[in-house]
Amino acid sequence: MKLRANLLIGGALVTVAVVVGVLAPWIAHTDPVLDANLMNAEIPPGSEFLFGTDGQGRDIYSRIVYGAQISLTVGIISQIANSIIGVTLGLTAGYWGGWWDDFVGLVTNLMLAIPSLIFALAIMAILGPGLTSLLIALGLTNWSYSCRITRAQVLSLKSQGYVQAARILGYGDFRIMFTQLLPNMIGPIIVIATLGMGAAILAEASLSFLGLGIRPPFPSWGSMLSEARDQITTAPWLSVFPGLAIFLTVLGLNLLGDGLRDILDPQSRERRA
Amino acid sequence: MPLLILRRLGNTVPTIVAVVLVIFTLFSVIPGSFTSAGDDGRVLDAQVAERMRKELGLDDPLHVRFGSYVANLVQGDLGTSFRTREPVTKVIAQRLWPSLKLTIAAMGFAILVGVPLGFIAALRPGSLIDMASMVVAISGLSLPKFWLGLMLMYLFALTLGWLPSFGYGDGGLRHLILPAVALGVSPMALLARTTRAGVLDVLNADFVRTARSKGMSEYRVVRWHVVRNALVLVLTTIGLQFGSLMGQAVVVEKLFSWPGLGSLLVDSVFQRDIPTVQGSILVIVLFFLAINTLVDIAYVIIDPRIRYG
Repeated sequence: MKLRANLLIGGALVTVAVVVGVLAPWIAHTDPVLDANLMNAEIPPGSEFLFGTDGQGRDIYSRIVYGAQISLTVGIISQIANSIIGVTLGLTAGYWGGWWDDFVGLVTNLMLAIPSLIFALAIMAILGPGLTSLLIALGLTNWSYSCRITRAQVLSLKSQGYVQAARILGYGDFRIMFTQLLPNMIGPIIVIATLGMGAAILAEASLSFLGLGIRPPFPSWGSMLSEARDQITTAPWLSVFPGLAIFLTVLGLNLLGDGLRDILDPQSRERRA
Repeated sequence: MPLLILRRLGNTVPTIVAVVLVIFTLFSVIPGSFTSAGDDGRVLDAQVAERMRKELGLDDPLHVRFGSYVANLVQGDLGTSFRTREPVTKVIAQRLWPSLKLTIAAMGFAILVGVPLGFIAALRPGSLIDMASMVVAISGLSLPKFWLGLMLMYLFALTLGWLPSFGYGDGGLRHLILPAVALGVSPMALLARTTRAGVLDVLNADFVRTARSKGMSEYRVVRWHVVRNALVLVLTTIGLQFGSLMGQAVVVEKLFSWPGLGSLLVDSVFQRDIPTVQGSILVIVLFFLAINTLVDIAYVIIDPRIRYG
């Protein structure tokens, strides 16, 4: 019962976010950056402007719709990068062992020691604001969990009969890792990736809020909130809707991740304890 | 036991060395972060840039610079702030107490709310209160901290006028409440979840069944067996969260204009004050490592079954 509610609500929220992002050019009423009109400045939410307008008269609804593109792009691409790094390192470290395993272990500990937001912030400070910098900063700094889980799984699977059979058949190391081991541990990896996407979206919003991510006038939910802060007394709705968009998208991913964990990774309870 | 503690401390050393190396390299190898143009596109005069490079030793080979960086570091010298011309250690020292205060207050909130919430939920699994507390928990993990802070600010400061909206004030409790709650919500949520999971695991353990079957009252079972055994997992979460909270505080400090390490870090990034940026990151990371090491040592004392190999 509870399991279904997680998946259902999470899946629905994520689907809505994706559909909104994909259909943005068709469902937005105005251009999110260019359609400023001071005659329409700071109109509260109503029938004409669903979520109201900001200090420059831009339609908040349209900006939020386009903001979904930025959030989802950052979430998906940076998490794909993290998963590739984490899984590759985890597979090779677990399979080969030896000095490579020690080295990967040290780097993973290092990544866990530096809070990922701080690490990303340092990279953004060096690369400067922008989407590409964000993808680099967030795509390189949050792979330690995938790496650890993958490595632990390899250690428990590596002595299984089918892996030894593959070795006897003369399969190369990489072929064994990616065609024999990986498919059998994909569940936990997907769960971590789903949760990681939510974390990346939150990190993007935080960095943009600080002025280090996506810069105004581009409609990132985080940078919209940072503009909204100054107008919170006169136009509080500016602060409400972008935050709600972040919250619901991340909530959807977290619920989906939890739901998937119950299905794909039943032993996770034991591992966590 | 002392040997175990020493070994655990020894394990931290390579990580610290690696952290210092990364922080140094990040801001040194990449060209253009010290003397080139800032965000506003202003370019330094060639002579000034030349003098700065000399003064800062930027033309020395990298390993020489790393050597002198570490040598200074060991003596507690984090360099001189580009902006204020003061020693970075002094600048950071002024920010440390407000940061610690915020972190401790946030963690206090998280523990006081999260642990009882998870505990009650676990004692009545599947009940309405269990569902409600888990909804609170997953929402708490999905909320952007700065947005929650903004909403709290709007409601309790600007609309109701109960609390000051931002700033450090005289350092009293009233200024601390809103930022601490905003920062404390996600560790609170995590604590509620881990407490619930930990207590549920223990409730299903054999020794709890034994205790019940020998007629121990439910109160005593919970009091003597469940609480003690669930404590390890809860303590781990508290430790890990507490350690990382100073890093997470960046956005909250910035939102509430709180004069802590996080806002120092962000301001220094914008002012391209690299020594201060490096120093603040280093202190935040060392704090995290120190807390983690303490938690690991605390395990050995709480649970003698744990041994480090």
